[in-house]
Amino acid sequence: MYRYDVIDKTLVAERVAQFRDQTRRFLSGSLSEDEFRHLRLRNGLYVQRHAPMLRVAIPYGLLSAPQLRMLAHIARRYDRGYGHFTTRQNIQYNWPTLESVPDILEELASVEMHAIQTSGNCIRNTTSDHLAGVTPDELDDPRPWCELIRQWSSFHPEFTYLPRKFKIAVTGAPQDRAASLVHDVGVHIVRGPDGELGFEILAGGGLGRTPIIGQVIREYLPREHLLSYLEAILRIYNLEGRRDNLTKARIKILVRSLGVEEFRRRVEAEWLSIRDSMRLDAAEIERVRACFPNPAYRELRDGDPTADTETAFRAWYRYNTVPHKVPGYRAIYVSLKKPGVAPGDATDAQMDLVADLAERYSFGEVRVSHGQNLLLADVEQTSAYEVWRALDAAGLATPNIGTLTDMICCPGLDFCSLANAGSIEVAKLINERFDDYDYLYDLGEIDVKMSGCMNACGHHHVGHIGILGVDKGGEEWYQITIGGAAGADASLGSVIGPSVAKADVAETIARLLSVYVDERQEAERFLDTVRRLGVKPFKERVYAAPVAA
Amino acid sequence: MPRQLLRDGSIVDDDWRYWHEEPAPAAVEGASPDAIGLIISHDAWFAERRRWLEAPGRLGIVLGPAVDVGTLQGDLSRLSLIAAEFGSPTEGRGYSQARVLRERLRFSGELRARGEIHQDQVFFLARCGFNALELPAAELAAGRAALATFTFAYQASNDRGLGAPLPLRNLSPHFPG
Repeated sequence: MYRYDVIDKTLVAERVAQFRDQTRRFLSGSLSEDEFRHLRLRNGLYVQRHAPMLRVAIPYGLLSAPQLRMLAHIARRYDRGYGHFTTRQNIQYNWPTLESVPDILEELASVEMHAIQTSGNCIRNTTSDHLAGVTPDELDDPRPWCELIRQWSSFHPEFTYLPRKFKIAVTGAPQDRAASLVHDVGVHIVRGPDGELGFEILAGGGLGRTPIIGQVIREYLPREHLLSYLEAILRIYNLEGRRDNLTKARIKILVRSLGVEEFRRRVEAEWLSIRDSMRLDAAEIERVRACFPNPAYRELRDGDPTADTETAFRAWYRYNTVPHKVPGYRAIYVSLKKPGVAPGDATDAQMDLVADLAERYSFGEVRVSHGQNLLLADVEQTSAYEVWRALDAAGLATPNIGTLTDMICCPGLDFCSLANAGSIEVAKLINERFDDYDYLYDLGEIDVKMSGCMNACGHHHVGHIGILGVDKGGEEWYQITIGGAAGADASLGSVIGPSVAKADVAETIARLLSVYVDERQEAERFLDTVRRLGVKPFKERVYAAPVAA
Repeated sequence: MPRQLLRDGSIVDDDWRYWHEEPAPAAVEGASPDAIGLIISHDAWFAERRRWLEAPGRLGIVLGPAVDVGTLQGDLSRLSLIAAEFGSPTEGRGYSQARVLRERLRFSGELRARGEIHQDQVFFLARCGFNALELPAAELAAGRAALATFTFAYQASNDRGLGAPLPLRNLSPHFPG
């Protein structure tokens, strides 16, 4: 993985010193609440319902074992013994004190981590495919490009005060596991006309109040121009994005109001004027690429480690592991979706354990997925059983990856001051209702995504089933959408009808699923059935009779 | 007391005034009429552009964040100063205006930031090419120190306000100017 050199180390240390000084000035009263607000936000620090929330970046989702142990240590020493992994490859701590944040940042810096630009109206952590470098369908590893973008976007002097937040995702495989189509900018590695690797660039995607799927603004960009092209997009956005209305300030609104053609024309004109002055140096590309070599894989053959093993292991192996590009290896999900636990949460002991397993079985590295699980990417198939035993003992082997209960979920009302709804509580109700694994496996792949409010941190618009918490006269209600998708065939879900009470959410989902089970053809996924039939039959079944809660 | 500002890394008395909001000082005997430069608002400049182009003395212009700096191209040779107005600490357009002025339009005079700017913005303003900053009086010293917030940079920018360009990796060359 990428290791800091003297430049990275110095910059991160200087940032810690800067933030320590800003915190000191705030605590001594020389910075007002308002003045401190936009400074702390640039360092991932929110003031939440109970305490400050600190969001730490996990660039493109990659962690070394010592880094994960540091995250465990921070959970133990400064928080209440756990952390929450988010959909954008960050970890959030919900209980640190404001005074301790500079110390936390200093501890993070000691393992080459930071909280730079994890919130605020600036360029956020660049995210990527958690299967980068190991998935058989990949064209090229996206992580070196993410790292180049991480550096370019860190403390970018011109783009420190954008109209609104700005999120970039990079993928290198046809299957999009990073939700790049609902990012402000999506970067896809593609082959150009001469077979050369370069990028397709999309802009204007996003969720929130106005969900929009990103559009292609350049079909092929030679790789040495990546940063100049991003700079051109950002400059047009910085100068022309709306600043008068917070809800209309994202780049998606600018792209929509100008039209994609006009937006593209402006970006291209800007790009031509800066392109030649900021070409990526070939030696620098190579320096960063060399940081992501293949680990020292052994020469092995594919086998079936589930032969003559117990049912529970076979189910887990089928659902929680995925194929690897190298024979004899497998990528293993560490499920953070145990029923009764908030999706994405991990305790300090669990993090320590995963770090140990990574060192023992997976070349010392761990990834964080958009789906809020962890991943051991390079495990020998013959070790899968031992890994399963260890994960299972720690509550990290719930065999539900890709199924209904592998829900994406924001922290919701329990922690977030914006939320209308207790999304974690609803997740629990769904888990209780759907606790029969045979039924879950029969339903197959279903993405359930839940957000506690319009900000859509739980990506509900692009869930096969989306659940949005809304406030009705001080009560929690839930609006249900179906037919959304976040991958390469991204689409926005349609609302099925009036929102339902909290106690009725699980029954509503059960009714949606019963339509699917009745109507599905062959190997059709829930999403495909919704796409084929439309919302109508689902809506009819859900609202045909009152729910006997 | 005259306004002080941070210019090229030093705290100095301002030798400019805003024509539309600050009265002319009483004439000082023997002083050159050119001693105090005049900063004209963008609207006033374009309302009487010919008059200003022919006026004597040092002239500058102050812009709001929505102004396309490309519209100044024909007048840059007459301007010794351009000031960008920041209506709030989170106003970000001035940073792009500065880079376009320095890097594309090759403006080499004084580039000044005024309004809601504070010590925590100084480093980024300077990297974008502002060499004069109208900070609150109480923040001038801290603002000067903030020019050294970071030792390196990840991006090429023009660093005019820092005095010397920051060392970079071999990402891309510095902009001339």
